[in-house]
Amino acid sequence: MVASSSSLKLQDLIQEIREAKTQAQEREVIQKECAHIRASFRDGDPLHRHRQLAKLLYVHMLGYPAHFGQMECLKLIASPRFTDKRVGYLGAMLLLDERQDAHLLITNSIKNDLSQGIQAVQGLALCTLSATGSAEMCRDLATEVEKLLLQPSAYVRKKAVLTAVHMIRKVPELSNIFLPPCAQLLHEHHHGVLLGTITLITELCERSPAALKHFRKMVPQLVHILRTLVTTGYSTEHSISGVSDPFLQVQILRLLRILGRNHEESSETMNDLLAQVATNTDTSRNAGNAVLFETVLTIMDIHSAAGLRVLAVNILGRFLLNSDRNIRYVALTSLLRLVQSDHSAVQRHRPTVVECLREPDDSLSRRALELSLALVNSSNVRAMTQELQGFLESCPPDLQADCASGILLAAERFAPTKRWHIDTTLRVLMTAGTHVRDDAVANLTQLIGGAQELHAYSVRRLYSALAEDISQQPLVQVAAWCIGEYGDLLLEGSCEETEPLQVEEEEVLALLERVLQSHMSLPATRGYALTALMKLSTRLHGDNKAAILEKIPLVERGGSQADEEAKESKETAQLSEAAPVPTEPQASELLDLLDLLDGPSGDAQHPPPLDPTPGGALIHLLNLPCAPPPPAPIPNLKVFEREGLQLNLSFVRPPGTPTLLLITVTATNTSGGDVTHFICQAAVPKSFQLQLQAPSGDTVPAQGGLPTTQLLRILNPKKAPLRLKLRLTYNHFGQSVQEIFEVNNLPVETWQ
Amino acid sequence: MMRFMLLFSRQGKLRLQKWYLATSDKERKKMVRELMQVVLARKPKMCSFLEWRDLKVVYKRYASLYFCCAIEGQDNELITLELIHRYVELLDKYFGSVCELDIIFNFEKAYFILDEFLMGGDVQDTSKKSVLKAIEQADLLQEEKHFWTLPGLGSVKEGRAAAISQDAKAALPVPLIPGTRVARFKAKKKKKRKIPSSICYDNDNVFRISVSCANVFIVYLECKFD
Repeated sequence: MVASSSSLKLQDLIQEIREAKTQAQEREVIQKECAHIRASFRDGDPLHRHRQLAKLLYVHMLGYPAHFGQMECLKLIASPRFTDKRVGYLGAMLLLDERQDAHLLITNSIKNDLSQGIQAVQGLALCTLSATGSAEMCRDLATEVEKLLLQPSAYVRKKAVLTAVHMIRKVPELSNIFLPPCAQLLHEHHHGVLLGTITLITELCERSPAALKHFRKMVPQLVHILRTLVTTGYSTEHSISGVSDPFLQVQILRLLRILGRNHEESSETMNDLLAQVATNTDTSRNAGNAVLFETVLTIMDIHSAAGLRVLAVNILGRFLLNSDRNIRYVALTSLLRLVQSDHSAVQRHRPTVVECLREPDDSLSRRALELSLALVNSSNVRAMTQELQGFLESCPPDLQADCASGILLAAERFAPTKRWHIDTTLRVLMTAGTHVRDDAVANLTQLIGGAQELHAYSVRRLYSALAEDISQQPLVQVAAWCIGEYGDLLLEGSCEETEPLQVEEEEVLALLERVLQSHMSLPATRGYALTALMKLSTRLHGDNKAAILEKIPLVERGGSQADEEAKESKETAQLSEAAPVPTEPQASELLDLLDLLDGPSGDAQHPPPLDPTPGGALIHLLNLPCAPPPPAPIPNLKVFEREGLQLNLSFVRPPGTPTLLLITVTATNTSGGDVTHFICQAAVPKSFQLQLQAPSGDTVPAQGGLPTTQLLRILNPKKAPLRLKLRLTYNHFGQSVQEIFEVNNLPVETWQ
Repeated sequence: MMRFMLLFSRQGKLRLQKWYLATSDKERKKMVRELMQVVLARKPKMCSFLEWRDLKVVYKRYASLYFCCAIEGQDNELITLELIHRYVELLDKYFGSVCELDIIFNFEKAYFILDEFLMGGDVQDTSKKSVLKAIEQADLLQEEKHFWTLPGLGSVKEGRAAAISQDAKAALPVPLIPGTRVARFKAKKKKKRKIPSSICYDNDNVFRISVSCANVFIVYLECKFD
């Protein structure tokens, strides 16, 4: 019985595998058994080979390698014993796919078995051929299969027909062989053979327009077959739930669909039958509904009479009300396909479709959403949007994006009024702000911007929304923009379209400040808030320096100014981020220089805010252009010269700020070669505070071209003697240069 | 057409995989893993259909087993549900109140049954009776001994080559392995049971066949040789 004493029977092996408590244990059992199996294969025991292969197929299903059994499949298939063949063919179907070399070797065995005359054996061969036959095998064996189509045994015929179907799929040219027998096969009474024949004809028609034309002639015959099927009494053998052979009905209907498509005459021939099937099929169980569903698909795809089309859509509408959610699913899918071509018919079922939005099943509610969006038009847009907004509030996250963008799209297409449009967009942003597309913000700002009469309304609504929730980024961005643009409308008077809202300037600024500081705000959002604040500073106080407002490359920290502008500068004080680090006067100056030099690009730093000291307010800073400052009483100082590159310092002590010194570093180049990658860095003693503005450029052009300037701001609260060290790095004449030096001879006016 | 059918348990153990489209082992494993995950994540109240990759998937749970079919875009989901149900009915009839354990321990039978119902991804027979009959007959053939159909003589069990007449030997489609035994018994009273139609007899040549399949009948006929 067993090849070796410790090799198991199949069922025992399965038992032992199931008893293994861990993956490792299972692996051990299987590896041990596989070793036996390999040995058995090597020894070539013919009697038990099928048992060994069966065991191998089992472990293969569990995911273990079984390639060493491939050749054994061949041997088993070639064996005269039926048991061997059965397992061998099963093995071939599981282990041998087209990619294996061994695959072709079964062709000969199959050929032998096909001509053997034992039905069961022929069946095995055909089955394997249809499951795994490669194109080459199909070509080799096509004529064998053709012969079997005429076999007396229906068992063999039904299998041969389906094998032909596979062959056509693999090698479409074989339709030459398999097309002719179809006419006779259509006269079959055996349901299995008939079903296979219909499948074969369908396959032929789908692949060849010539075949399609040829089989159109058979439409009357097909209609007759289906009619007989539907009208003859209840035949238990092929019926399901009182429906005669639904599999066959569905297949015939599908073929009719292909034949009737784009063909007036064929469509007409089948019209009555389709109406009959549509009205008479029992819809209490799934089998009947399956047939009905296929009928509907066929009606909608061919040239059917208008009344028939309406009937079909109504059937789908009824499906939508079916308690079986599978039926509702196919209804939604089909209606979606029809919504363009039969829009008004589908519109009639809109209420039911909208109901389906409440489905707990995601795949249904998704379909309902798609369909609902497709049904929105100018007359129902308000009601539909209401429903969809409700859905948006409760739908699962992965549907929110589609729903949100769907609503916005619909709003864009069908908005009855601009105000409604703004309201709708606003509501979407409030509900699902994180899921809207990137252009939503731009679209809304454009929409609001273009609706002058609604500016006041918009800014109020947005302000209220923002005051409630600053987490939804697109909303915050639009609100910030709006407040920046129309802040004046927000603060003044009232707007009749909204509730009375009294807003103080401080509240607005405080809100924007909150947005800036919130960890939830994205950099882009902060940008919007910033811009808004700057706009407000001009719009609220009539200062027309808009051009300068836009030029800031770096955001600098500023101190507050005179009291009248104290409120405004409260938030401006938070705006800037630089890295002022005081330096050691002596040895560690170089190190400190390097620390300092995070400044120009290091806005990732979050240094503590500067105490508001008497110094330039933001506006004043911004007022100062990067061009050379106006002539000051303090004389300029030339501090550096090398190969035509010259560095000059000019000093300004702004009145009203005794501790502030502004130094402008000007670099000029009289040489013949450009100075590139020019970087100037500075260091001051510990008690001083230094800030570097960004330079005007990093190239000092040759031949006395436009000089590069850079502004240094030095605060000297202790009025200590000024010391200044500079570090230059640049490229000149193909060489990189670094210079570090202390500035000597600083005029005493710079610090006294 | 159906691309493939999978049977798996709630724990994600594969019990059967039938592929109707050439795919590499590696690709199959990947698809099985992925699809199992998707289906097992479905809640009980959800519908039986879902879209996966570019295919439609129809699945239904019967006790502890998921029956899962991947079909193409133009295939009818509702009829696929009927197909799955039909397969379960066939298994049920064959094993007698089928449970997952039957399919585990007799996995090859599950394949054989499927192969009598579907071929190349299409239904080959819509009669339950017809499919079950075909399985029975194949099982009969799968007797422990060799088994041939002799034209006009019905089915014969292998027997001792020496005991069979030269004519009978010549009529055999396959050669007898020396030493194999052909049944040769005295006529006994016939048991009144259903006789499978693939076996026929006439009064002169009576053959004995014993069948060991589970719920199938046992027929005793005797054979007599010249």
